[in-house]
Amino acid sequence: MNKTVLDLWVGLFVIAGIVALLFLALKVGSMSAVSASDTYEVVARFDNVGGLKPRAPVKSAGVVVGRVGEIRFDNESYEAAVTLRLDKRYAFPKDSSAAIMTSGLLGEQYIGLEAGGDSATLKDKDRIAITQDAVVLENLIGHFLYGKAQEGAPQ
Amino acid sequence: MLRQAIENLGARTIDAVWRIGFATRFFAATLLHSGTAFRRFGLTVRELYFTGVLSLIIILVSGLFVGMVLGLQGYETLQTYGSEEALGILVALSLVRELGPVVAALLFASRAGSAITAEIGLMKATEQLSAMEMMAVDPIARVVAPRFWAGVISMPLLAALFSAMGVFGGYLVGVQLIGVDEGAFWSQMQSAVDFEQDILNGVIKSVVFGVAITAIALFEGYDAPPTAEGVSRATTRTVVTSSLAVLALDFVLTAFMFRGSN
Repeated sequence: MNKTVLDLWVGLFVIAGIVALLFLALKVGSMSAVSASDTYEVVARFDNVGGLKPRAPVKSAGVVVGRVGEIRFDNESYEAAVTLRLDKRYAFPKDSSAAIMTSGLLGEQYIGLEAGGDSATLKDKDRIAITQDAVVLENLIGHFLYGKAQEGAPQ
Repeated sequence: MLRQAIENLGARTIDAVWRIGFATRFFAATLLHSGTAFRRFGLTVRELYFTGVLSLIIILVSGLFVGMVLGLQGYETLQTYGSEEALGILVALSLVRELGPVVAALLFASRAGSAITAEIGLMKATEQLSAMEMMAVDPIARVVAPRFWAGVISMPLLAALFSAMGVFGGYLVGVQLIGVDEGAFWSQMQSAVDFEQDILNGVIKSVVFGVAITAIALFEGYDAPPTAEGVSRATTRTVVTSSLAVLALDFVLTAFMFRGSN
Protein backbone atom coordinates (compact mmCIF):
# COMPACT_ATOMS: atom_id res chain seq x y z
CA MET A 1 0.00 0.00 0.00
CA ASN A 2 1.15 3.52 -0.80
CA LYS A 3 2.44 5.21 2.32
CA THR A 4 0.45 8.42 1.82
CA VAL A 5 -2.81 6.49 1.50
CA LEU A 6 -1.97 4.67 4.73
CA ASP A 7 -1.20 7.97 6.45
CA LEU A 8 -4.49 9.38 5.18
CA TRP A 9 -6.47 6.48 6.65
CA VAL A 10 -4.70 6.72 10.00
CA GLY A 11 -5.27 10.48 10.03
CA LEU A 12 -8.96 9.99 9.33
CA PHE A 13 -9.15 7.37 12.08
CA VAL A 14 -7.51 9.65 14.67
CA ILE A 15 -9.74 12.58 13.68
CA ALA A 16 -12.87 10.37 13.86
CA GLY A 17 -11.81 9.16 17.32
CA ILE A 18 -11.24 12.70 18.58
CA VAL A 19 -14.58 13.84 17.10
CA ALA A 20 -16.28 10.91 18.89
CA LEU A 21 -14.63 11.97 22.17
CA LEU A 22 -15.77 15.57 21.63
CA PHE A 23 -19.29 14.34 20.82
CA LEU A 24 -19.32 12.37 24.06
CA ALA A 25 -17.98 15.33 26.05
CA LEU A 26 -20.22 18.04 24.62
CA LYS A 27 -23.40 16.34 23.42
CA VAL A 28 -23.68 13.35 25.78
CA GLY A 29 -21.90 14.65 28.88
CA SER A 30 -22.39 17.69 31.02
CA MET A 31 -19.07 19.35 30.22
CA SER A 32 -20.92 22.31 28.76
CA ALA A 33 -22.77 22.90 32.04
CA VAL A 34 -20.76 24.23 34.98
CA SER A 35 -17.00 23.75 34.79
CA ALA A 36 -14.97 23.38 37.96
CA SER A 37 -12.53 26.20 37.26
CA ASP A 38 -14.62 29.37 37.45
CA THR A 39 -16.55 28.71 40.63
CA TYR A 40 -16.63 30.01 44.19
CA GLU A 41 -17.39 27.94 47.26
CA VAL A 42 -19.93 28.60 49.97
CA VAL A 43 -20.80 26.34 52.89
CA ALA A 44 -24.27 25.44 54.07
CA ARG A 45 -24.94 23.42 57.23
CA PHE A 46 -27.83 21.01 57.53
CA ASP A 47 -29.11 18.79 60.36
CA ASN A 48 -29.94 16.12 57.81
CA VAL A 49 -28.83 15.94 54.17
CA GLY A 50 -30.90 12.84 53.36
CA GLY A 51 -29.65 11.24 50.18
CA LEU A 52 -27.76 14.28 48.83
CA LYS A 53 -24.61 13.26 46.93
CA PRO A 54 -21.49 15.11 45.81
CA ARG A 55 -21.92 16.63 42.30
CA ALA A 56 -25.69 16.96 42.76
CA PRO A 57 -26.97 20.14 41.09
CA VAL A 58 -27.51 23.42 42.92
CA LYS A 59 -30.51 25.12 41.33
CA SER A 60 -31.98 28.56 41.65
CA ALA A 61 -35.30 29.31 39.94
CA GLY A 62 -34.94 25.89 38.31
CA VAL A 63 -31.63 26.77 36.63
CA VAL A 64 -28.44 24.87 37.51
CA VAL A 65 -26.11 27.47 39.06
CA GLY A 66 -23.55 25.13 40.59
CA ARG A 67 -22.76 21.69 41.94
CA VAL A 68 -22.46 20.19 45.40
CA GLY A 69 -18.81 19.73 46.33
CA GLU A 70 -17.78 17.98 49.52
CA ILE A 71 -20.26 16.73 52.11
CA ARG A 72 -18.72 16.13 55.55
CA PHE A 73 -19.76 15.72 59.14
CA ASP A 74 -18.83 18.57 61.49
CA ASN A 75 -17.50 17.09 64.72
CA GLU A 76 -18.25 20.19 66.79
CA SER A 77 -21.76 21.17 65.74
CA TYR A 78 -22.83 17.61 64.81
CA GLU A 79 -24.21 18.91 61.55
CA ALA A 80 -23.51 18.10 57.93
CA ALA A 81 -21.37 20.76 56.23
CA VAL A 82 -22.08 20.89 52.51
CA THR A 83 -19.76 22.83 50.20
CA LEU A 84 -21.59 24.40 47.26
CA ARG A 85 -19.51 25.27 44.17
CA LEU A 86 -21.40 28.11 42.53
CA ASP A 87 -20.70 29.47 39.07
CA LYS A 88 -18.92 32.85 39.19
CA ARG A 89 -21.41 34.21 36.67
CA TYR A 90 -24.11 34.14 39.35
CA ALA A 91 -24.04 36.27 42.51
CA PHE A 92 -26.47 35.67 45.36
CA PRO A 93 -27.44 37.96 48.26
CA LYS A 94 -25.83 37.17 51.63
CA ASP A 95 -29.16 36.20 53.21
CA SER A 96 -30.04 33.64 50.54
CA SER A 97 -31.43 30.34 51.80
CA ALA A 98 -30.59 26.78 50.75
CA ALA A 99 -33.01 23.87 50.90
CA ILE A 100 -32.54 20.21 50.01
CA MET A 101 -35.24 19.28 47.52
CA THR A 102 -36.15 16.17 45.56
CA SER A 103 -36.77 16.28 41.83
CA GLY A 104 -40.02 14.46 41.11
CA LEU A 105 -41.47 12.00 43.58
CA LEU A 106 -38.54 9.62 43.72
CA GLY A 107 -35.86 11.54 41.78
CA GLU A 108 -32.39 12.59 42.88
CA GLN A 109 -31.89 15.23 45.55
CA TYR A 110 -30.57 18.68 44.75
CA ILE A 111 -30.07 21.98 46.54
CA GLY A 112 -32.55 24.75 45.86
CA LEU A 113 -31.08 28.21 46.41
CA GLU A 114 -33.54 31.01 47.09
CA ALA A 115 -32.24 34.57 46.77
CA GLY A 116 -32.72 36.92 49.75
CA GLY A 117 -32.91 40.72 49.83
CA ASP A 118 -29.47 41.76 51.11
CA SER A 119 -27.44 44.12 48.91
CA ALA A 120 -24.15 42.38 49.84
CA THR A 121 -23.47 39.17 47.92
CA LEU A 122 -22.03 35.81 48.95
CA LYS A 123 -18.26 35.58 48.58
CA ASP A 124 -15.85 32.62 48.48
CA LYS A 125 -15.86 30.61 51.77
CA ASP A 126 -18.98 32.41 53.06
CA ARG A 127 -21.66 30.52 54.91
CA ILE A 128 -25.35 30.31 54.07
CA ALA A 129 -27.15 30.85 57.36
CA ILE A 130 -30.70 29.91 56.48
CA THR A 131 -31.06 26.25 55.49
CA GLN A 132 -33.84 23.74 55.26
CA ASP A 133 -33.13 20.03 55.77
CA ALA A 134 -34.07 17.20 53.47
CA VAL A 135 -37.54 15.85 54.01
CA VAL A 136 -37.29 12.43 55.60
CA LEU A 137 -40.35 10.44 54.64
CA GLU A 138 -40.36 8.42 57.89
CA ASN A 139 -40.41 11.62 60.01
CA LEU A 140 -43.21 13.06 57.88
CA ILE A 141 -45.35 9.95 58.29
CA GLY A 142 -44.48 9.94 61.99
CA HIS A 143 -45.69 13.54 62.39
CA PHE A 144 -48.84 12.81 60.42
CA LEU A 145 -49.72 9.75 62.54
CA TYR A 146 -48.92 11.65 65.76
CA GLY A 147 -51.18 14.49 64.64
CA LYS A 148 -54.00 12.10 63.79
CA ALA A 149 -53.64 10.42 67.18
CA GLN A 150 -53.78 13.80 68.92
CA GLU A 151 -56.97 14.71 67.01
CA GLY A 152 -58.68 11.49 68.06
CA ALA A 153 -57.60 11.71 71.74
CA PRO A 154 -60.33 12.56 74.31
CA GLN A 155 -60.10 16.17 75.56
CA MET B 1 0.83 -42.16 39.18
CA LEU B 2 0.86 -39.81 42.18
CA ARG B 3 4.52 -39.06 41.64
CA GLN B 4 3.83 -38.23 38.01
CA ALA B 5 0.99 -35.85 39.01
CA ILE B 6 3.20 -34.05 41.53
CA GLU B 7 6.00 -33.79 38.96
CA ASN B 8 3.57 -32.34 36.40
CA LEU B 9 2.26 -29.82 38.93
CA GLY B 10 5.79 -28.79 39.80
CA ALA B 11 6.78 -28.43 36.15
CA ARG B 12 3.69 -26.33 35.42
CA THR B 13 4.32 -24.10 38.44
CA ILE B 14 7.94 -23.52 37.42
CA ASP B 15 6.78 -22.84 33.84
CA ALA B 16 4.16 -20.32 35.08
CA VAL B 17 6.72 -18.51 37.26
CA TRP B 18 9.18 -18.47 34.35
CA ARG B 19 6.53 -16.99 32.06
CA ILE B 20 5.66 -14.28 34.60
CA GLY B 21 9.33 -13.36 34.91
CA PHE B 22 9.84 -13.35 31.14
CA ALA B 23 6.63 -11.33 30.63
CA THR B 24 7.80 -8.70 33.13
CA ARG B 25 11.22 -8.44 31.48
CA PHE B 26 9.57 -8.30 28.05
CA PHE B 27 7.16 -5.55 29.14
CA ALA B 28 9.98 -3.53 30.73
CA ALA B 29 12.08 -3.89 27.54
CA THR B 30 9.11 -2.72 25.44
CA LEU B 31 8.72 0.39 27.61
CA LEU B 32 12.47 1.04 27.51
CA HIS B 33 12.49 0.86 23.71
CA SER B 34 9.37 3.05 23.37
CA GLY B 35 11.58 5.89 22.18
CA THR B 36 11.97 4.11 18.82
CA ALA B 37 8.17 3.97 18.41
CA PHE B 38 8.03 7.76 18.65
CA ARG B 39 11.34 8.61 16.93
CA ARG B 40 10.41 6.50 13.91
CA PHE B 41 6.74 7.36 14.10
CA GLY B 42 6.15 5.98 10.60
CA LEU B 43 6.44 2.48 12.06
CA THR B 44 3.77 3.25 14.66
CA VAL B 45 1.50 4.88 12.05
CA ARG B 46 1.73 1.72 9.95
CA GLU B 47 0.69 -0.36 12.96
CA LEU B 48 -2.07 2.14 13.81
CA TYR B 49 -3.50 1.34 10.39
CA PHE B 50 -3.45 -2.41 11.05
CA THR B 51 -4.75 -2.31 14.64
CA GLY B 52 -7.00 0.76 14.53
CA VAL B 53 -8.26 1.48 11.04
CA LEU B 54 -8.84 -2.18 10.13
CA SER B 55 -10.82 -2.70 13.38
CA LEU B 56 -13.08 0.26 12.60
CA ILE B 57 -15.81 -1.58 10.70
CA ILE B 58 -16.46 -4.21 13.36
CA ILE B 59 -16.36 -1.56 16.13
CA LEU B 60 -18.73 0.86 14.37
CA VAL B 61 -21.27 -1.78 13.31
CA SER B 62 -21.23 -3.47 16.74
CA GLY B 63 -21.57 -0.10 18.49
CA LEU B 64 -24.57 0.82 16.38
CA PHE B 65 -26.34 -2.47 17.04
CA VAL B 66 -25.53 -2.51 20.77
CA GLY B 67 -26.97 1.02 21.04
CA MET B 68 -30.07 0.01 19.11
CA VAL B 69 -30.65 -3.03 21.33
CA LEU B 70 -30.16 -0.84 24.43
CA GLY B 71 -32.74 1.58 23.04
CA LEU B 72 -35.27 -1.18 22.49
CA GLN B 73 -34.72 -3.05 25.76
CA GLY B 74 -34.42 0.16 27.77
CA TYR B 75 -37.69 1.47 26.38
CA GLU B 76 -39.47 -1.81 27.17
CA THR B 77 -38.36 -1.62 30.81
CA LEU B 78 -38.73 2.13 31.34
CA GLN B 79 -42.23 2.40 29.91
CA THR B 80 -43.43 0.08 32.72
CA TYR B 81 -42.60 2.94 35.11
CA GLY B 82 -43.75 5.69 32.78
CA SER B 83 -40.26 7.18 32.51
CA GLU B 84 -39.40 6.71 28.83
CA GLU B 85 -37.59 10.07 28.87
CA ALA B 86 -34.85 8.48 30.97
CA LEU B 87 -33.94 6.31 27.93
CA GLY B 88 -31.16 8.75 27.04
CA ILE B 89 -29.56 8.32 30.49
CA LEU B 90 -29.80 4.53 30.30
CA VAL B 91 -28.27 4.31 26.84
CA ALA B 92 -25.50 6.87 27.46
CA LEU B 93 -24.44 5.71 30.93
CA SER B 94 -24.37 2.01 30.00
CA LEU B 95 -22.30 2.77 26.91
CA VAL B 96 -19.90 5.37 28.27
CA ARG B 97 -19.23 3.65 31.59
CA GLU B 98 -19.23 -0.03 30.69
CA LEU B 99 -20.23 -1.34 27.29
CA GLY B 100 -18.17 1.11 25.25
CA PRO B 101 -14.78 0.36 26.82
CA VAL B 102 -15.44 -3.33 27.58
CA VAL B 103 -17.16 -4.54 24.38
CA ALA B 104 -14.79 -2.49 22.22
CA ALA B 105 -11.86 -4.06 24.13
CA LEU B 106 -13.23 -7.59 23.65
CA LEU B 107 -13.68 -6.95 19.92
CA PHE B 108 -10.22 -5.37 19.77
CA ALA B 109 -8.72 -8.43 21.47
CA SER B 110 -10.29 -10.78 18.95
CA ARG B 111 -9.64 -8.63 15.88
CA ALA B 112 -6.34 -6.85 16.48
CA GLY B 113 -4.85 -8.85 19.39
CA SER B 114 -5.06 -12.17 17.56
CA ALA B 115 -3.59 -10.58 14.41
CA ILE B 116 -0.62 -9.19 16.37
CA THR B 117 0.11 -12.57 17.98
CA ALA B 118 -0.21 -14.45 14.68
CA GLU B 119 2.05 -11.96 12.89
CA ILE B 120 4.81 -12.00 15.50
CA GLY B 121 4.50 -15.76 15.98
CA LEU B 122 4.91 -16.25 12.27
CA MET B 123 7.87 -13.83 12.18
CA LYS B 124 9.45 -15.98 14.86
CA ALA B 125 8.63 -19.24 13.05
CA THR B 126 10.19 -17.95 9.81
CA GLU B 127 13.20 -16.71 11.79
CA GLN B 128 12.71 -13.08 10.82
CA LEU B 129 13.28 -12.01 14.42
CA SER B 130 16.57 -13.93 14.59
CA ALA B 131 17.58 -12.39 11.28
CA MET B 132 16.98 -8.93 12.71
CA GLU B 133 19.16 -9.75 15.71
CA MET B 134 21.87 -10.97 13.31
CA MET B 135 21.76 -7.56 11.64
CA ALA B 136 22.05 -5.86 15.04
CA VAL B 137 18.45 -4.64 14.88
CA ASP B 138 16.65 -5.09 18.18
CA PRO B 139 13.31 -6.80 17.36
CA ILE B 140 11.72 -5.34 20.50
CA ALA B 141 12.50 -1.80 19.33
CA ARG B 142 11.70 -2.44 15.66
CA VAL B 143 8.71 -4.82 15.88
CA VAL B 144 7.25 -4.86 19.41
CA ALA B 145 7.34 -1.23 20.64
CA PRO B 146 5.53 0.34 17.61
CA ARG B 147 2.80 -2.31 17.82
CA PHE B 148 2.44 -1.73 21.56
CA TRP B 149 1.99 2.02 21.24
CA ALA B 150 -0.31 1.66 18.23
CA GLY B 151 -2.57 -0.57 20.36
CA VAL B 152 -2.47 1.81 23.32
CA ILE B 153 -3.34 4.81 21.10
CA SER B 154 -6.06 3.14 19.05
CA MET B 155 -7.97 1.48 21.91
CA PRO B 156 -9.44 4.68 23.51
CA LEU B 157 -10.27 6.08 20.06
CA LEU B 158 -12.09 2.87 19.13
CA ALA B 159 -13.93 2.82 22.48
CA ALA B 160 -15.03 6.46 21.98
CA LEU B 161 -16.25 5.64 18.46
CA PHE B 162 -18.10 2.60 19.80
CA SER B 163 -19.86 4.69 22.50
CA ALA B 164 -20.70 7.51 20.07
CA MET B 165 -22.14 5.04 17.55
CA GLY B 166 -24.07 3.35 20.37
CA VAL B 167 -25.62 6.63 21.51
CA PHE B 168 -26.57 7.30 17.88
CA GLY B 169 -28.11 3.79 17.64
CA GLY B 170 -30.10 4.40 20.84
CA TYR B 171 -31.26 7.74 19.42
CA LEU B 172 -32.31 6.10 16.13
CA VAL B 173 -34.42 3.44 17.86
CA GLY B 174 -35.67 5.47 20.84
CA VAL B 175 -36.42 8.82 19.21
CA GLN B 176 -36.83 8.12 15.49
CA LEU B 177 -38.44 4.68 15.62
CA ILE B 178 -40.39 4.55 18.90
CA GLY B 179 -41.05 8.27 19.36
CA VAL B 180 -39.49 9.25 22.70
CA ASP B 181 -39.32 13.05 22.96
CA GLU B 182 -36.05 14.20 21.38
CA GLY B 183 -35.47 17.16 23.72
CA ALA B 184 -36.02 15.04 26.83
CA PHE B 185 -33.74 12.30 25.44
CA TRP B 186 -30.75 14.65 25.06
CA SER B 187 -31.35 16.94 28.03
CA GLN B 188 -31.84 14.09 30.53
CA MET B 189 -28.71 12.46 29.14
CA GLN B 190 -26.68 15.65 29.53
CA SER B 191 -27.88 16.25 33.07
CA ALA B 192 -26.98 12.73 34.19
CA VAL B 193 -23.70 12.01 32.37
CA ASP B 194 -20.76 13.66 34.09
CA PHE B 195 -17.66 14.45 32.05
CA GLU B 196 -15.05 13.52 34.65
CA GLN B 197 -16.89 10.77 36.46
CA ASP B 198 -18.29 8.92 33.46
CA ILE B 199 -16.61 9.90 30.18
CA LEU B 200 -13.05 10.44 31.44
CA ASN B 201 -13.16 7.28 33.55
CA GLY B 202 -14.38 5.37 30.48
CA VAL B 203 -11.40 6.70 28.52
CA ILE B 204 -8.98 5.73 31.34
CA LYS B 205 -10.51 2.23 31.35
CA SER B 206 -10.01 1.83 27.62
CA VAL B 207 -6.37 2.96 27.86
CA VAL B 208 -5.74 0.33 30.56
CA PHE B 209 -7.47 -2.31 28.41
CA GLY B 210 -5.37 -1.22 25.43
CA VAL B 211 -2.15 -1.69 27.43
CA ALA B 212 -3.29 -5.10 28.74
CA ILE B 213 -4.51 -6.52 25.41
CA THR B 214 -1.53 -5.33 23.35
CA ALA B 215 1.01 -6.46 25.96
CA ILE B 216 -0.61 -9.92 26.17
CA ALA B 217 -0.86 -10.24 22.37
CA LEU B 218 2.79 -9.21 21.86
CA PHE B 219 4.06 -11.48 24.61
CA GLU B 220 2.11 -14.50 23.39
CA GLY B 221 3.40 -13.93 19.86
CA TYR B 222 7.00 -13.50 21.04
CA ASP B 223 6.78 -16.54 23.31
CA ALA B 224 4.99 -18.81 20.77
CA PRO B 225 6.73 -22.06 19.83
CA PRO B 226 7.91 -21.58 16.22
CA THR B 227 5.54 -24.15 14.73
CA ALA B 228 2.13 -23.91 13.05
CA GLU B 229 0.50 -25.49 16.09
CA GLY B 230 2.41 -23.24 18.47
CA VAL B 231 1.33 -20.07 16.66
CA SER B 232 -2.31 -21.19 16.47
CA ARG B 233 -2.30 -22.01 20.20
CA ALA B 234 -0.70 -18.68 21.04
CA THR B 235 -3.37 -16.85 19.00
CA THR B 236 -6.14 -18.65 20.86
CA ARG B 237 -4.43 -17.97 24.18
CA THR B 238 -4.23 -14.25 23.34
CA VAL B 239 -7.98 -14.00 22.80
CA VAL B 240 -8.83 -16.03 25.93
CA THR B 241 -6.29 -14.40 28.25
CA SER B 242 -6.87 -10.82 27.10
CA SER B 243 -10.68 -11.20 27.24
CA LEU B 244 -10.46 -12.51 30.80
CA ALA B 245 -7.96 -9.78 31.69
CA VAL B 246 -10.33 -7.12 30.31
CA LEU B 247 -13.26 -8.41 32.38
CA ALA B 248 -11.20 -8.76 35.55
CA LEU B 249 -9.58 -5.31 35.11
CA ASP B 250 -13.02 -3.84 34.43
CA PHE B 251 -14.26 -5.10 37.78
CA VAL B 252 -11.25 -3.70 39.64
CA LEU B 253 -11.35 -0.33 37.82
CA THR B 254 -15.12 0.05 38.29
CA ALA B 255 -14.77 -0.71 42.01
CA PHE B 256 -12.15 2.07 42.28
CA MET B 257 -13.78 4.64 40.03
CA PHE B 258 -17.45 4.52 40.89
CA ARG B 259 -17.22 3.63 44.58
CA GLY B 260 -18.05 7.13 45.78
CA SER B 261 -20.88 7.84 43.38
CA ASN B 262 -23.31 5.10 44.38
